[in-house]
Amino acid sequence: MNITNVFASSIGKKFLMAITGLALFIFVALHMVGNLQVFLGPESINRYGAFLQGNLELIWPARIGLLVLVLLHIWAAVKLSAENRAARPQPYVKHEIVAASYASRTMLMSGLIIAAFIVYHLLHFTVQVPAVNLVGQTKLLPTGSFAALEDAKGRHDIFAMMVLGFQRPLVSVFYIIAMALLFMHLSHGLSAMFQSLGLKSPTYGPLIARFAVIASWLIFLGYVSIPIAILLGYGSKYVEALK
Amino acid sequence: MNLTLRVWRQKNAGDPGRMVEYPATGIIPDMSFLEMLDVVNEGLIAKGEEPIAFDSDCREGICGTCSLVINGIAHGGQRGTTCCQLHMRFFKDGDVITIEPWRAKGFPVLRDLVTDRGAFDRIVQSGGFISVNTGGTPDANALPVSKVDSDRAMDAAACIGCGACVAACKNASAMLFVAAKVSHLAQLPQGKVERTQRVTNMVKQMDVEGFGNCTVTGSCEAVCPKEISLDFIAQMNREYGRAILKGTK
Ligand code: FES
Repeated sequence: MNITNVFASSIGKKFLMAITGLALFIFVALHMVGNLQVFLGPESINRYGAFLQGNLELIWPARIGLLVLVLLHIWAAVKLSAENRAARPQPYVKHEIVAASYASRTMLMSGLIIAAFIVYHLLHFTVQVPAVNLVGQTKLLPTGSFAALEDAKGRHDIFAMMVLGFQRPLVSVFYIIAMALLFMHLSHGLSAMFQSLGLKSPTYGPLIARFAVIASWLIFLGYVSIPIAILLGYGSKYVEALK
Repeated sequence: MNLTLRVWRQKNAGDPGRMVEYPATGIIPDMSFLEMLDVVNEGLIAKGEEPIAFDSDCREGICGTCSLVINGIAHGGQRGTTCCQLHMRFFKDGDVITIEPWRAKGFPVLRDLVTDRGAFDRIVQSGGFISVNTGGTPDANALPVSKVDSDRAMDAAACIGCGACVAACKNASAMLFVAAKVSHLAQLPQGKVERTQRVTNMVKQMDVEGFGNCTVTGSCEAVCPKEISLDFIAQMNREYGRAILKGTK
């Protein structure tokens, strides 16, 4: 048995699941910190955006790396779930759920819905497809695409894009629902990840449980604070001035 | 007490099986669950019907032979209790009680409530032992074992291999059982010698038998009559990771 076993055995695939999950969690945390710069005003977030988009040598490897991580995470999940289903060909006539939390039983579903959200999210803010932003054609967006937004220094106006994007209640609600699912997914996944990697022990168990709860709440609150603030009027003066 | 039983009846492995209702009358609350089934079976035999087949041996909670899913919960839902040690006072007069066998691909039903748990034997045969040459009894203190290690090994060794973990798991995973065996032996100096090969072989056999994968729901730990902790699965994963890095046959 060697390292290629992570693709073949049950525990190997759990390792794969946990390691890719950990890497994706780190990305989700960093992405949130990056986004929260919206609260520092247009200058900060636009400079951050210009910095990322200006470093193609960094951003493409990062994107490809993330794609590989997501694909491995989903592959392992689908494979493991198929095996799990096959392991009980005949269901119980009566089955009582003992101890298993709702989040722990619905990891595949919450994960797949989050994956669908990610596709939407990329079309919305990265590819900037006009059809999905629900803003329509305006004087500010002649083609309906966020790509036309530019700030005074000629950089892509991320601040305006976020405000215009989240001012659409439907978009914000979908975003908040996706973050709630992410919260659920992380609330179980973050502690299960330590378990799968064998890092849980009687000493560290309570600490890991607390970390999972606190981290998933922080991620949830951090992300949803942006659409909620914008729906409550944050940044509207700035976009009005542009119009 | 008068109860209604809804019992899984299945003639043999090929029979699709179905639930059949039986009245259980004149049950004494101090009877164990299996004694209650004995009473029902005596009634069935008197009527010339086929008695309900179920597994049991020690009937004192130490052998792991009894294996009933009662009202949807492996061993019936009393914490840390096998169904042979579950008493009828746990139920109320007039209750309807459903009784099913363990359900898993790795545990095919042989008849009624009896399943073939040979998969567990094969997993143990693949590595759940220590190889020692026979000879004189070793000196009691020749091999020092710390109190912490011996306690933890004992906690894992408490597993009676009943299979309730598989029965309760939504994925029919046997990881709690395998983890208990792996952790028990990996904890002790006698077992440490073969720890790498042991975890490799046992996990391989577990996969071959068609058990599912742990998703850390904690159901197994909750129904385990010996209250084996989920922490042992982490320990097995640790052992397995170590084996992957070391490389084994
Ligand atoms: S019959 Fe031995 S544990 Fe129940």
